[in-house]
Amino acid sequence: MKRFFEKFSIHFILIFVSLLSIFPFIWLISTSLKGAGENIFAYPPTIIPADFTWENYVGVWQKVDFIGYFINSMIVAGGTVLLNLILSAMAGYPLARMEFKGKKIAFFSVLSTIMIPFQAIMLPVYLITLKLHLVDSVNNFAGFVGLIMPFAVSAFGIFLMRQAFLGIPREMEEAAIVDGCSVWQLFIKVLLPMVKPSLAVLAIFTFIGSWGEFLWPSIVLTKESMYTLPVGVNNLQGMFSSNWRFIAAGSILSTIPILIFFLAMQRYFISGENEGAVKG
Amino acid sequence: MFKYYGKYAPYLFLLPAGIVLLIFFFIPFFQTFLLSFQDYSSSIYNPTWVGFENYFKLFQNPVFYKVLWNTFIYLFVAVPILAIFPLFIAILINQKIRGVTLYKILIYLPVIVSIVVAAIAFKWLYADQGILNFLVTSMGFESIGWLTDPKWALYSVILVTIWKGVGYYMIIYLAALMSVPKELYEACDIDGANFLTKHLTVTIPHIMPTIALVTTISAISAMKVFAEIYVMTKGGPLNSSKTIVYYIYERAFENLDLGYASAMAVVLLVIVMVFSLLNIFVFERNKYHL
Repeated sequence: MKRFFEKFSIHFILIFVSLLSIFPFIWLISTSLKGAGENIFAYPPTIIPADFTWENYVGVWQKVDFIGYFINSMIVAGGTVLLNLILSAMAGYPLARMEFKGKKIAFFSVLSTIMIPFQAIMLPVYLITLKLHLVDSVNNFAGFVGLIMPFAVSAFGIFLMRQAFLGIPREMEEAAIVDGCSVWQLFIKVLLPMVKPSLAVLAIFTFIGSWGEFLWPSIVLTKESMYTLPVGVNNLQGMFSSNWRFIAAGSILSTIPILIFFLAMQRYFISGENEGAVKG
Repeated sequence: MFKYYGKYAPYLFLLPAGIVLLIFFFIPFFQTFLLSFQDYSSSIYNPTWVGFENYFKLFQNPVFYKVLWNTFIYLFVAVPILAIFPLFIAILINQKIRGVTLYKILIYLPVIVSIVVAAIAFKWLYADQGILNFLVTSMGFESIGWLTDPKWALYSVILVTIWKGVGYYMIIYLAALMSVPKELYEACDIDGANFLTKHLTVTIPHIMPTIALVTTISAISAMKVFAEIYVMTKGGPLNSSKTIVYYIYERAFENLDLGYASAMAVVLLVIVMVFSLLNIFVFERNKYHL
């Protein structure tokens, strides 16, 4: 009996917390499905729309270029992931496996970047990006490069890859070298396939981080056609001032891709094996 | 082991990451200090060297103190809650019960959703005639200006940060809980210890390093909040919800006063570096083999 009561209260609390976690979205979905005939400020509020309609989704879809925002976000997140994988793996390898002059300096330089928050150095980063002409007023390609480059590599990624290379038995390298591999071949053909799990973790967490980035794109972007999803969604507020049905529908639409991604990859996020694998 | 790589190989492997870090981390880092000694407000193309003037102006500006104070309130409110509440949830999820994966997914959901969408969702909850005010008035209180009353705005924004962080720290705690020896709990059960004593005497002492880690990570991220404020209040009303990163953004990109904003960035840099150094040297030594 005591055990039953204990389990009951645990479920009760967890259901309550789960509801708190998703309620803001539920309420947003509810508002987005209410037609013009229904007062969205009605007291008492109703969760199930009385005047159910998809019209707000149709309306916001026609006025806002979600496909464009989605493609921009894919280009930026995809480019950021690709560069992070390449640069982190390349930098992590010598830090794990080679002896060379200045190794300690290289190691601590990378470590020191953990202490530098982007927000504190973003003004010079902006000036440098302007100087290098990596902005969308030059052309779209330059704009994308400018969005990606400040996040092309991180200390987190380099240390994650270094840790992965440290775990490979040295005999692998010896065997490959005896077989006549060059360092580069050894790295590409032998070592990289062995650190695939770490590369996957790095890719997934970099993708999520880049997908949600808001501060940097809202600083550098000038053209609406270059907007990523977060910037475009924020812009809904200005476009539809107080039309909360449209704002709600647009916000929900913009969330669908990342929601699918999360549900498909959920074990990476909630298994707890990749603890601390993120941002700050 | 024999050295199979050439003299230059290590440097060539490090080069690409090194170039990116140099251009987008190290040069900007030093340039932030340089900028803070210059005045851009009269002309953005011809800054003049003004020495410490930006700092003098900064430390005489009541808004700066207000912003610093707000940032520390953010820390003092958000950090303890984010260090304790997710631990409580993690302990509950760690019991042998059904539906654990579903709970984890639902509670983690706010973490992956864009902060902009989260802030919009809360702005809608906080609307003057919104659902939260319905709850408040139906309990017999006066409706609250969640985002329009200077007394409440900052706390309303903090709530969004907390709501979005719980799932993230819960997962970190869950990983830590796996390492607590099961025998200790069994011993507690034999002794007939209740839920509270069990976790106060076994769990908490065992995962103290993780609690410390969560405290520093959440403190650093509280220092860096921007999007919540940008989307919901723009720092208002009357600067009541303005924190340091938002103020840097405002001075730099709305007033184009890069020098002044950089002086503030230096202050932010110093605070975050203190937190990070604490984190690295006290809690994460092993991770980097220091």
